[in-house]
Amino acid sequence: MSLDSHSSDPMNPGLVERKFKVIGSRVARPDGVDKVTGRARFGADASAPGQLVGLVLRSPHAHAQIVKIDTKAAEKLPGVKAVITSVDLPDYTNGDRSMLDILENCMARKKALYDGHAVAAVAAIDAATARKALALINVTYKILPHVTDVDEALKHTAPIIHDHIFTEGTPQKSEMPSNQNKHASYGHGDVEQGLKEADVVISRSFKTEQTHQGYIEPHSCLASVSPDGAAEMWVCTQGHFVYRNQCAILLGLDANKLRVTSSEIGGGFGGKTHIWAEPLALALSRKANRPVKLTMSREEVFRCTGPTSSTSIDVKLGVKKDGTITAAFAELRYHGGAFPSTWAELGAQTAFACYDLKNVQTISKDVVVNRPKTAAYRAPSAPMAAFAVENAMDEAAKAIGMDPLDFRIKNAAKEGTKSSYGPVYGPIGIGPTLMAAKNHPHMKAPLGKNQGRGVACGFWFNFGGQTCVDVNITPDGNVTIAQGTIDVGGSRASIAMAVAEELGVTYDHVRSTIADTSSLGHNDMTDGSRGTFSTSMAAIFATRNAITVLRNRAAKTWEINVDDVEWKDGSAHPIGKGHGNLAPLSLKDLAAGAGNTGGPIAGHAEITADNAGVSFGTHIADVETDPETGRSLIKRYTVIQDAGKAMHPSYVEGQYQGGAVQGIGWALNEEYVYGKDGRLQNAAFLDYRIPVCSDLPFIDTQILEIPNPNHPYGVRGVGETSIVPPLAAVSIAVTNSTGVRQTHIPMSPPRVLKSIQDAKAK
Amino acid sequence: MGVHVQTTINGDAVEFACGVDESLLDVLRNRVGLTGAKEGCGTGDCGACSVILDGRLVCSCLVLGAEMNGKSVETIEGMADGNVLHPLQQHFIDGAALQCGVCTPGFLMAAQALLRKNPDPTEEEIRFGLAGNLCRCTGYDKIVRAVQAAAKEMRG
Repeated sequence: MSLDSHSSDPMNPGLVERKFKVIGSRVARPDGVDKVTGRARFGADASAPGQLVGLVLRSPHAHAQIVKIDTKAAEKLPGVKAVITSVDLPDYTNGDRSMLDILENCMARKKALYDGHAVAAVAAIDAATARKALALINVTYKILPHVTDVDEALKHTAPIIHDHIFTEGTPQKSEMPSNQNKHASYGHGDVEQGLKEADVVISRSFKTEQTHQGYIEPHSCLASVSPDGAAEMWVCTQGHFVYRNQCAILLGLDANKLRVTSSEIGGGFGGKTHIWAEPLALALSRKANRPVKLTMSREEVFRCTGPTSSTSIDVKLGVKKDGTITAAFAELRYHGGAFPSTWAELGAQTAFACYDLKNVQTISKDVVVNRPKTAAYRAPSAPMAAFAVENAMDEAAKAIGMDPLDFRIKNAAKEGTKSSYGPVYGPIGIGPTLMAAKNHPHMKAPLGKNQGRGVACGFWFNFGGQTCVDVNITPDGNVTIAQGTIDVGGSRASIAMAVAEELGVTYDHVRSTIADTSSLGHNDMTDGSRGTFSTSMAAIFATRNAITVLRNRAAKTWEINVDDVEWKDGSAHPIGKGHGNLAPLSLKDLAAGAGNTGGPIAGHAEITADNAGVSFGTHIADVETDPETGRSLIKRYTVIQDAGKAMHPSYVEGQYQGGAVQGIGWALNEEYVYGKDGRLQNAAFLDYRIPVCSDLPFIDTQILEIPNPNHPYGVRGVGETSIVPPLAAVSIAVTNSTGVRQTHIPMSPPRVLKSIQDAKAK
Repeated sequence: MGVHVQTTINGDAVEFACGVDESLLDVLRNRVGLTGAKEGCGTGDCGACSVILDGRLVCSCLVLGAEMNGKSVETIEGMADGNVLHPLQQHFIDGAALQCGVCTPGFLMAAQALLRKNPDPTEEEIRFGLAGNLCRCTGYDKIVRAVQAAAKEMRG
């Protein structure tokens, strides 16, 4: 259908039931050929003339005062061009504590706060020289007592990591420094009263271990600061504008003097939303007056970037025999690594978001420990909360003799429900995904010996944020798009599809690229499942603005009023009486004549994309557990999720499958192992084992489409929700395969075996 | 100090000098200018640097550049026939078997090596044939399907 430009605001979602020509097809992505031929350039694939190799020296201690750093011998080594410590990164943060935390995480200042914390860095003519230089740096540490466990850190006997942290959010202002940086509470109704009304009360405690996003591409950047202070950086990131802004602040640069170009990104999942070594590369380059390439090793990636929180969660559910939930309560303790965070708060907000509850309360405690600064990991904090809550839901259903899926359907949130974290829901997909699960053939398939099935659901907010897009018509009548959100899984294709749909041309006429930070306004990063949602919205609005220009150009060409020009199927058409002899003007015609009608033809849109549309999913997992070894294997897995509108169904399926498998790895195997000395013991893919191809079956998917009224095509974010249910679904399946409630993630073979033996001993 | 090496890469005679401790991966990326093979771990655990050396699939991070004299190396850059993609490459694009794409060159080399040995693999044989390569984006579903589709096309 055509856009009726006469009546609608081009910057208004104006969601209508429509038949799409391009949206919903499975086109080839513009970066596909480059990625299958080795042409695509990732973070470590760029080089600059005269570049140096940057390397970072990291603390071997979990918690230590830095007494002295002697860099003289390293500086004297031939081939070494710069050595930096925190002295070379003065505090330009102007009282902004959160920025100072970022700076301190990039380079330790007075104390090393975790094993792997950067304390110095070098730039040298080659890697061998740089390695020698690192060995020549002499750091004198005074080792301090450390704490790496979230519950231990809250005890009064725990070493206090930061003197400046006092618990925020408690009713009474705390007098003493604490390892708990924040306290928060969410919910409504009266939980105590609800528990009194219950026939059955379920009370359980759960733990989850720390995991890493596990992207295959290590962090890498190429920084070049010229003597006049202008700088360029090539970097793998989920948000080059955010990297630009933060690095400019930390280096004391004006943002317009730092041009950041994003490389292709080899996975991020939240781990590339934070700056890590980029300010160090810039500082090294500034000191050496040469470009510096700084690429992390896999060991560094594990020791100092990424990981998610480890958690400790208590849940209490009050239930009536008819399946009514009278009370729901959870206390969630998450750590943010060595720096203050709000991860527990996110867990508290998401914990009961799937359900319609009269009395609900969640309490969050955010904690600091001597571990690397925690980063977002795909729907950050929600999987652990869902693990705890969904297990309690499963246990409650069994306690009252109700099918767990029917119990969830009875209590599912719906349009108009006041969510447990505050807002009232619009049209949502939790009920439909649960019903789809109930009706799925997977639920009727027989189970074999030692096999169990688990069902669980999950929620994620989704995010919109600041976005801008340029749509430019080339002189030959084709279309280029400059987008500023990083493409992590095919969004360039989806954005081009939206523009083609809007303009009424075919996909092969439209191509989208990621603009650098000097070529487009600020864009938030690709996080919160916002990439395709927000960028397609901005691209649609930009195209509508371009169509307005096109109609004006046609009006000028025909010498008629612009109100008498309609845009339809890729051409301008005259409407109204008296224009019958005017032939339509195609995009190609108008582009060719642009020089005589007012110059280049373009459309722009700058938006804050609000109301991303919350997302729900339900997963079904079948596992087989070997009672001799405790090892569990996934036998069958189904993901059902609401996409709002699937712009490119293959890429939506890919998000469902990828998130599910990350969750499966987390559920069954992945964990950070810390020794008593506070050092990470498994900083390698051999010992931190992510799922491989032979661990898995095909992952079935079912896409539901409950349109988001706040997007022109009904799109919701789809990237993150798929990691929320797996910890819960797989643990419930293992509970059913072993007959023992699983309360500690990951369910590695020794842990499951011990749970079986402990149950037998009772 | 450098070692002079004469070798064949993707059918071309190539000469380079490298240090005795330099991996084939570093030589390919830093000396020969072929950056298609990626370093994901440097310890042979992820397969992102996979190449075919004298017909055998190897992690190029675990092989020394100095050992390449007289050998034949196949990398992702040599997989397409001019501008015609190999069926594996085409099916990876058509079947959405890549998301970020950083593991893709390694998977394609591993799949190439597998199908040369076994043109008609079962699903299980594909899964074990590709078990040395890590992908964090896809959950492997569409990778396995793309290899199945390519194998079918290649068998004719």
